[in-house]
Amino acid sequence: MPDSAALPSTTLPPISLVRRATDSLVTAAAVGAVILVLAPLGAIFGYLVYKGIGSINLAFLTQTPKPVGEIGGGMANAIAGTGLILLIASVAGVPIGIGAGIYLAEYGQNRFGDLVRFTADVLNGVPSIVIGIVAYAIVVLTQKHFSALAGGVALAIMMIPTITRATEEMLLLVPHIVREAAYGLGVSKWRTTLSITLRTATSGVITGIMLAFARVAGETAPLLFTAFGNQFWNWKLNQPTAALSLQIFSYAISPFDEWHRQAWAGALILIVLIVGAVSAVRLAASRGTLKGAN
Amino acid sequence: MGVGIQVEKLNAWFGKTQALRDINITMAANHCTAVIGPSGCGKSTFVRCINRMHETIPEAHASGRVRIGELDVYNGTSATSIRRRIGMVFQKPNPFPTMSIYDNVAAGLKLNGFRDRKQLDEIVERSLKLSALWEEVKDTLKKKSGASLSGGQQQRLCIARALAVQPEVLLMDEPCSALDPISTGKIEELIFQLKERFTIVIVTHNMQQASRVAEFTGFFLLGELIEFDKTEKIFTTPSDKRTEDYITGRFG
Amino acid sequence: MANQAWGAPRLSGPQPVAKPELVAADAQSGPLIRTGHNRFADSFFYILVLACGICVLALVAIIVYELTSKSAPTWHAFGWKFFFQSDWDPVNDHYGALPFVYGTIVSSVLSLLIAVPLAIGVAVFITEMSPPWLRGPLAFTTELLAAIPSVIYGLWAIFVLVPLLRLYVQPWLARYFGWTGLFEGPPFGIGMLAAGIILAIMVVPIISAITREVMTAVPQQQREAVLALGATRWEMIRTGVLRNARAGIMGGVILGLGRALGETMAVTMVIGNRPEIAKSLFAPGYTMASVLANEFSEASGDLYLSALVEVGLALFLVTIIVNIIAQFLVWTVTRGTPARGHA
Repeated sequence: MPDSAALPSTTLPPISLVRRATDSLVTAAAVGAVILVLAPLGAIFGYLVYKGIGSINLAFLTQTPKPVGEIGGGMANAIAGTGLILLIASVAGVPIGIGAGIYLAEYGQNRFGDLVRFTADVLNGVPSIVIGIVAYAIVVLTQKHFSALAGGVALAIMMIPTITRATEEMLLLVPHIVREAAYGLGVSKWRTTLSITLRTATSGVITGIMLAFARVAGETAPLLFTAFGNQFWNWKLNQPTAALSLQIFSYAISPFDEWHRQAWAGALILIVLIVGAVSAVRLAASRGTLKGAN
Repeated sequence: MGVGIQVEKLNAWFGKTQALRDINITMAANHCTAVIGPSGCGKSTFVRCINRMHETIPEAHASGRVRIGELDVYNGTSATSIRRRIGMVFQKPNPFPTMSIYDNVAAGLKLNGFRDRKQLDEIVERSLKLSALWEEVKDTLKKKSGASLSGGQQQRLCIARALAVQPEVLLMDEPCSALDPISTGKIEELIFQLKERFTIVIVTHNMQQASRVAEFTGFFLLGELIEFDKTEKIFTTPSDKRTEDYITGRFG
Repeated sequence: MANQAWGAPRLSGPQPVAKPELVAADAQSGPLIRTGHNRFADSFFYILVLACGICVLALVAIIVYELTSKSAPTWHAFGWKFFFQSDWDPVNDHYGALPFVYGTIVSSVLSLLIAVPLAIGVAVFITEMSPPWLRGPLAFTTELLAAIPSVIYGLWAIFVLVPLLRLYVQPWLARYFGWTGLFEGPPFGIGMLAAGIILAIMVVPIISAITREVMTAVPQQQREAVLALGATRWEMIRTGVLRNARAGIMGGVILGLGRALGETMAVTMVIGNRPEIAKSLFAPGYTMASVLANEFSEASGDLYLSALVEVGLALFLVTIIVNIIAQFLVWTVTRGTPARGHA
C-alpha cells in the first residue's frame, strides 16, 4: 500500500470565476429567450380574446356582412365558405394522400418510392401563394371566373403531401408480424393492407388528416385569387366563395373600425377551431389511443 | 384428419445468400415433427417455405417441390390459396390488435368471404375449445380485444385463429419461446391433443420440448438437414456426429 | 443425409372433403373456404395506389409546367434583366422585379438574425436545462406558435406590433442607433422592420423544433464524456451537443429561411407595399410573395400577369433549392428519420 502522504497533491484549483459566470449568463440568456418567444404567443392569444370575445354573438355567427359603414353583420357565410372549400379539398386530397401513403409504406421500399417521398417533401415546402397561382392557372383560367372549386384544388394540393407522409409513417408503425398473421391465414395482400394494416393504423391516419386540415384551414394566400371571396352566401362550386381567412384579411386592411372589430372576432373563431383541433390530436396521441402502434 | 408433407430438393435464398440446401424430408400425417438446430440453421426458413411465407420477404425465393397430400404447393395454385390450407403460429403472439377475441378467431374466415353467422359462431366456439381457451374467454368474446389477453392466452388465441380455417397442416415457429413455463406447458398439452386431427411441424430451440411433443425430429445445421428420424433415436443414439454434438450441448 | 422416417409415414390421409366432426351437419362439401384467389384484385389495388403516388410527382410537374409556360412572355421580353431592374410599371408594361427580390432577402435575413438566437436559446433550454415536468408543456406551446395562421399574425401585427414600433421602439432605435443609417426616416411603424420582426416570430418554432430534434439525437455518451472532463453545463452543451448537431441546426435555420422566403400574408399586412429599395429599416418595402398577393387578382394584360407568374416561378425555385439543402443537412444528423413538414 503506497503511503498516502507521499502521493502528490491532486487538488485542482476551483473552476474559474469567468467560466462559472459564463455558465450562469448563458442559463439566464436561455431563460430570456424562452420568455421572449412565449411573450408574443401570450400577447396574440390575449389580444384575440380581449378584442374578439365581445363581438362574438349569435348575429355574428349567423349573418352575412353588412354594406360598408353599417354596424353589425357577421361572418356566417365566411365560416360556411371555409367549410365548403375544405370539403372540396378533402374529396381529392384525402384519398390521394392516403393512397400515396399506402403505396410508400407497402410497396415503396425502392428507388421510385424514394423519389415519391422526396417529391412529397418538396411539395410540402412550396409557398402557398405559388400553389394559388397554379390553381389559378388550372381552374380559374379555364373556367374564366373565380370559384370555390379553384380554392378547393389549391388546398387539396397543399393537403396531399402532409397526409401522404403521415399515412406512411402510421402504416410503418404497424408491426410486420401483424401483416404476417394475415398472410399466414391466406389473406391476399390488398385485403390485408386495407382490413388489417390500415385498420390498425386508423387513429394515426385520422390524426394526420386532422393536422392537414388544421394547417390549410387558416390559409389565406392560395385563396386570394382562386376562391376570391364573396359578400353573400354561396354553395355553388363554380362561384367565388367567402372564406374565414380571406374575410379576416380584407377586414383587417380596410380603413373601417367596425370591420376591424369583426376581424378580431373572426380571428378568434379561426384560432379556436385550429388550436382546438391540434390540441385534441396531440392529447389523443399522447394518451396512446393510437391502437396497435404499441 | 391431417395429411403428410413431402419435401423434395428444397432450396431457399435470401437474395444471393443461400439459406437452405437440397432439403429432402417426408413428414408423417397426424404426427408431430420437430425441427431443431442452432440459431441461423434455417429451421424457420424451412417451415416458412412449406406455406410459401418465405416469399413475402423482399428478394427471397425458393425452388423445389413441396407436396401436402395431393396438393403441389409450388406449382399450380397461388401462394395465398395454399396458405388457406395451412395454419401458422408465430414466435411472438400476433393477434390483430383492433379486433375482439371473436373477430380474431373468425378473421381467417371472414376475410376470405365466409359470412354465415351461425356457422361462424359454432366454428369460433369449437376452435377456442380445441385450443383450450374457451372456458377463459367465453363471456367476453366480443367485448375484450385480442391484445388484452396475457401472453399465453394470446398464443392460444392465435392457435384458435389458425385452426378456425380448418387446415390440414399446422406449422408452429417456436410458439413457446416468448411464453412463461406454465403457458408453455399448456400449449404443449394442446399439441398432443391436436395431433389426432392435424399434421404438426414445430420449430423449437428447446430440445426437451421436442422430445416431449414430437414423434419425429429433424436436425438442421447451416441450411442442411443433417439427420431425420424418430425423436427417441435422435436424442439417444444419433447417427451423425454433428447431431450428437448439438444435443449434448457442445455448440448452439 | 436425410433419412426416411422409420415406419413409412402415411402420405395421404383422407382427403379434406367433409369434416363432420368439426363442421355443422349441413356443411357444404369441399374445403371450407373456396380456394379461388383473385389475383386480379391484388394487381388492381397495386395500380391504384401506385397511381396515387404518381399523382404526387405529377403535381410537381404541373406546377413547374404552369409556372414556366405562363411566365414565358415576360422571359422573352426581359430575360435576366427582369431581376435586376427596379422599375415596376404596369401602366407602361415595363417590369423590373429587383425591389421585390431585395425586400424578400432583407426581410428574411433580418428575421433570421432575430429568430436564430432565440430559437436556439429556447431549444437549449428545453433540451438541456428545463426541469422534466416543464419540457412537455414548453414544447407544446412553441409548436402552438407554428399552428397560428399567417393572417392572424398579420392582424395582430397591424394593431399591436406596429403601434408599439411606431410609438416606442422606432424612436428609441433612431435615437441611439440612427447613426448606422439603418434607422432613418419617419417612424411609420409599418415597414421592413415590422416585417422582419413578425417573420422572426413565425419562424422561431420551426428552427426551434429542428434544433431540439437534432440535439436529442446526439447520444448521451457525448454529453457524459465532456462532463467527465470537468466542464460546466454550458461548456458541455457547447462542445458535447451543439458542436455535434451543427449540421442539423444549420439545416433547421435554412428550413426557417425557406419558410420566411415564402411567407405571404403577415408580411403583406405590415411591410408597406411600396416597390422601393431603401437602406433604412424604417422604410416600407415589398416582397415577392406580397406583390403576388396584392396585384395578382387585378392583373390585366398578358405581360403583367406573366411578369407576376415569373416572380412566382423565381420564388418557387428559390424555396425549393433552400428546402432541399435544409433537408439534406438535417438528414445527415438524424440519419433517415423523415424531416417533418411544417406545423
